Amino acid sequence: MSIFKDAGHLFRFAALFVIAFLVFLVVRHYVVPKSFGKYGHYRAAAMDEIAAHPMQFAGHQACEQCHSDVAATHASGMHAHVNCEACHGPLAKHADDPSSVTPKLPDTATLCVRCHEASAARPKNFPQVKSAEHSGGMPCQTCHNPHSPAIGSGAAAGGAK
Amino acid sequence: MSGVEGYMYPNEVTLFWSVLIVLYPYITGLVAGAFILASLERVFKVDAVKPTYRLALLTALAFLLDAPLPLQFHLGHPERSPEMYFTPHATSAMAMFGYVYLWYLMAVLVFEIWLDYRREIVLRSQQTKGLLRLIYKIMTLGSTNISERALHIDEKVGWVVTLIGIPSAFMLHGYVGFIFGSIKANPWWSSPLMPVVFIFSAMVSGVAAVMLLYMGLTKLRKQTIDMRCVDTIAMYMFYIFVIDFTLEMLDLVHRIYEADESFRSIDFMVHTKLFFSQIVVQILIGTLVPLALLFIVQVWKNNISEIARKRIYVLCGSLILISVFAMRWNVVIGGQLFSKSFLGYTTYKMELATREGLLAAIGLTLLPLGFLWILLKLLPPWNDSQSHAAQLPASGD
Repeated sequence: MSIFKDAGHLFRFAALFVIAFLVFLVVRHYVVPKSFGKYGHYRAAAMDEIAAHPMQFAGHQACEQCHSDVAATHASGMHAHVNCEACHGPLAKHADDPSSVTPKLPDTATLCVRCHEASAARPKNFPQVKSAEHSGGMPCQTCHNPHSPAIGSGAAAGGAK
Repeated sequence: MSGVEGYMYPNEVTLFWSVLIVLYPYITGLVAGAFILASLERVFKVDAVKPTYRLALLTALAFLLDAPLPLQFHLGHPERSPEMYFTPHATSAMAMFGYVYLWYLMAVLVFEIWLDYRREIVLRSQQTKGLLRLIYKIMTLGSTNISERALHIDEKVGWVVTLIGIPSAFMLHGYVGFIFGSIKANPWWSSPLMPVVFIFSAMVSGVAAVMLLYMGLTKLRKQTIDMRCVDTIAMYMFYIFVIDFTLEMLDLVHRIYEADESFRSIDFMVHTKLFFSQIVVQILIGTLVPLALLFIVQVWKNNISEIARKRIYVLCGSLILISVFAMRWNVVIGGQLFSKSFLGYTTYKMELATREGLLAAIGLTLLPLGFLWILLKLLPPWNDSQSHAAQLPASGD
């Protein structure tokens, strides 16, 4: 069978491909995590690892258990849909041990403008101000109660906690 | 904000696809173009271009080895790139491209070069000494059969590989156009013509690159340039360039006629920020000038002296390479200069000595020439070395 003899080098080249493919499969077996692809194009075990992370946020229900007065003001104002920890930051540790972990109050001069600084990218009916002209760097809570920001709508300004 | 006019969304101010992403389709295009030139001789039996056949294959390989490097530099985590092969993602065009690249590299280019050079490889493995001998020995894969029948089989298989290589080359570069053409959020890119335009501009740039390399290397080797060969290459380059230019103009006319909501914004950009790179460099200097010169040569070939034709070809080849680079620049950079709001424009500030800067881009453009130099030393494509090798005694199993 001279055809096989004279084409022998082609089989060698093909064998090279087969060997490379087998090496690829072996390497793939070791480097691809076992749980990859179980739910989708990612490592399924990552879900458990993420779930095992310590909780950072307490949730607004935990806040409302102790701060019922603030919760009432908050529920009546324009910010009713904004979660406590969206402004105050993650406070699971404070909720677990309120006496020894005291959260720092946010600086309203920098916090409020994150959402309310005038920008053409925001919807037109969203309350926006040019803070430099509007307040000249004064903390917003001088006039507004952040928990119910419309002036005259909630508790006296300046006392928000 | 410096460099920003009008309104830009925050994520549009800085360009994320840098000059390296311009370089990537450019280099991939040179690969596809060089291979198409090689296929002219092999499949379409254009004997006149035979002197460039092997050089075209080696050029394609040298540039293909370089092609993924701009992406690696851009992404910055080369150790993650094998993941693309280990965990294939069928719905990601970019992920699937890894397989197209590997197929084209191994099953088409390396295989075809190996088949074409096998006789020389075997002879050199017997003739050379030391490390070179070892390299050639490895390249023979342990088979020294270069009998007439074995070489005949190589010839037949090589023809089939080239035939498969043509659609593969189209796939390779069509994909690059597809990546841009399929981005429906960007009106500058979103066009089904994009892959086709990319393929034809790739062909013309690859043919120009191989022609220039052939002329330059022949000059360096103090040999005579085969005028029948370069005249034929120039003819094909002219024809392909006419089609390429027509398609690009068709795309332009289509955009102007359609004049959708993005048109005013894009039109303004072409008249301002892209005026120099698109109108002046790409269209006027890079396309109309070489087209006119090549047209004159086609019509009055017999009245133009050899030396004048050579100079025209070198000028046209260089202008075409610049034009195609400008086209990639205008697509990649141009597509990121305007806001999706169609109300503002930003500026691309190229860095200098950073991972994605000008120096990295220059280095990655010159690197394939280094690869080519090694390939030329290892597998000389010249006829004189072939005749030298032919003097060696043939051996068979």
